[in-house]
Amino acid sequence: MKKLNGSTKKLISSIAVILVLYIVMSTMQATGNLSSLMSGLLVPVCAYALVAIGLNLCVGYLGELSLGHAGFMCVGAFTSAFFSKTFQNEIPDVPRFILALVIGTFFAALFGFLIAIPVLRLSGDYLAIVTLAFGEIIKNVINVLYVGRDASGFHFSLKDMMSLNMDFDGVVLVNGAQGITGTPRQSTFTISVLLLILALVVTHNFVNSRTGRAVKAIRDNQIAAETVGLPITKYKLIAFTISAAIAGVGGVLYAHNINSLTATTNNFGYNMSIMILVYVVLGGIGNFSGSVVATVVLTMLPEMLRGLSTYRMLIYSIVLIGLMLFNWAPGILKFREEHGLTTKQLLDKFKKKKEVQ
Amino acid sequence: MALLEVKNLGISFGGLRAVDEFNLSIEKGELYGLIGPNGAGKTTVFNMLTGIYKPTDGMIYLDGKNITGKKTADINKAGVARTFQNIRLFGDQSVLDNVKIGLHNSYEYGTFTGVFRLPKYFATEKKMDERALEILSVFGLDKEAKVLASNLPYGKQRQLEIARALATNPKLLLLDEPAAGMNPNETQDLMDTIALIRKEFGVTILLIEHDMKLVSGICEKLTVLNFGRVLASGETSTVLNDPEVIKAYLGE
Amino acid sequence: MGFLTYLINGLSLGSVYALIALGYTMVYGIAKMLNFAHGDVIMLGAYLVFMCMSSAGMPAVVSIVIAIACCTAIGIIIEKIAYKPLRRATNLAVLITAIGVSYFLQNMALMVFGSNPVSFTSVVSWPGLSLAGGQLKITGNAIVTIITCLIVMFGLMWFVKNTKPGQAMRAVSEDKDAATLMGINVNATISLTFAIGSGLAAIAGALLCSSYPSLNPYTGSMPGIKAFTAAVFGGIGSIPGALIGGLLLGIIEILAKAYISSQLADAIVFAVLIIVLLVKPTGILGKQIKEKV
Repeated sequence: MKKLNGSTKKLISSIAVILVLYIVMSTMQATGNLSSLMSGLLVPVCAYALVAIGLNLCVGYLGELSLGHAGFMCVGAFTSAFFSKTFQNEIPDVPRFILALVIGTFFAALFGFLIAIPVLRLSGDYLAIVTLAFGEIIKNVINVLYVGRDASGFHFSLKDMMSLNMDFDGVVLVNGAQGITGTPRQSTFTISVLLLILALVVTHNFVNSRTGRAVKAIRDNQIAAETVGLPITKYKLIAFTISAAIAGVGGVLYAHNINSLTATTNNFGYNMSIMILVYVVLGGIGNFSGSVVATVVLTMLPEMLRGLSTYRMLIYSIVLIGLMLFNWAPGILKFREEHGLTTKQLLDKFKKKKEVQ
Repeated sequence: MALLEVKNLGISFGGLRAVDEFNLSIEKGELYGLIGPNGAGKTTVFNMLTGIYKPTDGMIYLDGKNITGKKTADINKAGVARTFQNIRLFGDQSVLDNVKIGLHNSYEYGTFTGVFRLPKYFATEKKMDERALEILSVFGLDKEAKVLASNLPYGKQRQLEIARALATNPKLLLLDEPAAGMNPNETQDLMDTIALIRKEFGVTILLIEHDMKLVSGICEKLTVLNFGRVLASGETSTVLNDPEVIKAYLGE
Repeated sequence: MGFLTYLINGLSLGSVYALIALGYTMVYGIAKMLNFAHGDVIMLGAYLVFMCMSSAGMPAVVSIVIAIACCTAIGIIIEKIAYKPLRRATNLAVLITAIGVSYFLQNMALMVFGSNPVSFTSVVSWPGLSLAGGQLKITGNAIVTIITCLIVMFGLMWFVKNTKPGQAMRAVSEDKDAATLMGINVNATISLTFAIGSGLAAIAGALLCSSYPSLNPYTGSMPGIKAFTAAVFGGIGSIPGALIGGLLLGIIEILAKAYISSQLADAIVFAVLIIVLLVKPTGILGKQIKEKV
């Protein structure tokens, strides 16, 4: 057998860990040992983890900070939910959900692509604020979007339900700020985990392919990348589009897990984009498995702290600040290095111990 | 016909005329030196030749084709590769990958093939690895293929940058102060390397250099730039004995 | 006359944005960081004024002075604890820490003041002017807000240009290392910048809530994001840029609400920002910095 390189080994071990967790969680759920709160979090956690993987591709490999990934999640969620709801009685469950996945992913990718064309001309903080602006626009427009369907076809409006001008038998599919209600709840934990693993494999293969190398080269040194003949815009577009598409998959899962889908500041606004960014940074920039771990831990943490009621988010924020200082502050890093307390040193110690045994 | 033909090249930054009426003609296979005091405009010439700056005036022909003002990536595809005075490697990637990025346009497979690892992915990656190692072995860097580029010692980083440039299969290689920051031994090694790559890759070289020992040792022809203008041009020995050149370098 | 009224309301809202944007732009100019928690300092400032006025019955001016003092102190403390240790770390690390601080301030406020909105009493008791036979009404809030903003803005411009600490601020924003070599105390200068920005946030909070009286722990968040947008719009790092960006943003928002759609107003504001940045990638008054090859 061919010798596996480091990153492939890591991928395989993270998939193994995810599968073990999946089995444990499913068994606990089946035997009734999982609280309904935790049980309800299984699919959303996978959805957030997908968005985090997508964002990590953008931040870690394209090297650009996006504060608008919740917007792509939003596009994936609404387009797929719209499709599922519209054809609820016309297409059987399984093919419909597969199509919904394809549609949500496609539209998220399309939006990513269209937004990237102007946005990628900017860089750094300017790019970040423009992606934030796009995310807010998407959320805002969806909040005033009304779509209905009657015998004569689809009706659209940006004003209110009445101006859809539908026949008596018309059905409102997207109801402005009330969003989409009654989407079939088809996102199961199993599907979510499978998609999560697929995303890990896709991103791993991508960054280790010819295209991925080009993207990394552009991130490391754009001018040098140009002088070795890389078309900068093309590869930036590809990376950003894939990143948006993966966030879209997260959106599809999210939408098919809840009864009533609305676009608010907390689920698809900049708050969500920022939350996902926190997962990406704490999980390690460029480390996809790390993003998954950080998402799981940081989503579960506040829920586990629920007993502390009002204190929990306060504790969360203090932990977040503390972690950032611990991991990034140059002074603290130096102290840790001098006392053998860096993550690497600790891991090495741990490994040595294992070898001795 | 000359490989590189530069006619009346000029560029202004705001009111400052950085380079003016610059002419250069390099034949295929030559090793040509571009020298001059600090701030004379040598790197600016390189930046115009590689499309990083758009010249305000003049024309650049490569193999008879007009490449003036073209995009940097297209100029590289036309056959010009370069290194930088302040080394610009892809620091977070391995030595091998740096060269493979240089091979990017010579070996093709699409994003889809890469993401889903179709058979063509494995076949092409294998060929790329082989070719990259071949190039690295010319520089004796093949043993460090897996090392992160930013972890290489300084002298080797310079060599890797040349290897990466050569991987793009250029007709003309531009070296911007390849001996900068090197000790005499390293400089000697570099001169040997340059001689070797001329032989191995059959590439024409234009280099900017301050080290007179290196320049007089290997360059066949020289152009001297001073205050953005050509001071002298011709055979190395003639140019170096030109009183104007001596004056520009040593002062009066 | 309707248009004029909207314009004045827009100027008033824009003045608040400009005051907040100043905090962003100064900190960005000097520390090169997006201080995401700035919006929440505004909220704290507004709560402080509210407590002094409504609970303790103090006069408006005294309340504002107390709020400014407290917010200045809070700004300095935040900088010392959370940002200063990360001075040489990557921008992203500082950004995430700022987000953490933002969560912290919001949840602190949630614990102390509760989640129910309180009704803010305006700091301006003057009803305002009634012009053109009552057709054009300008509220006292609007007038005071606009004038305060202009005074602060020109005062700050004077301060940065003519005083020693102001010049130190400009030097640090230009080149931190060179400023250190010139004997400027960089840490003190950055602290001063945070102090000024946070003090202004208290004023902005009081004025914002005087016009939009519902105050809750998340009040500062959206105006904060919009003011940051305004700072980028005008050219981040530039004090007059913050003024222009803030005013334009306020006017666009109010006019969009009035003439196009109140629900789409935010989308329109952000769309204008995107267009401006695409035409002028560093904002209206921003400086272009090119990488040297």
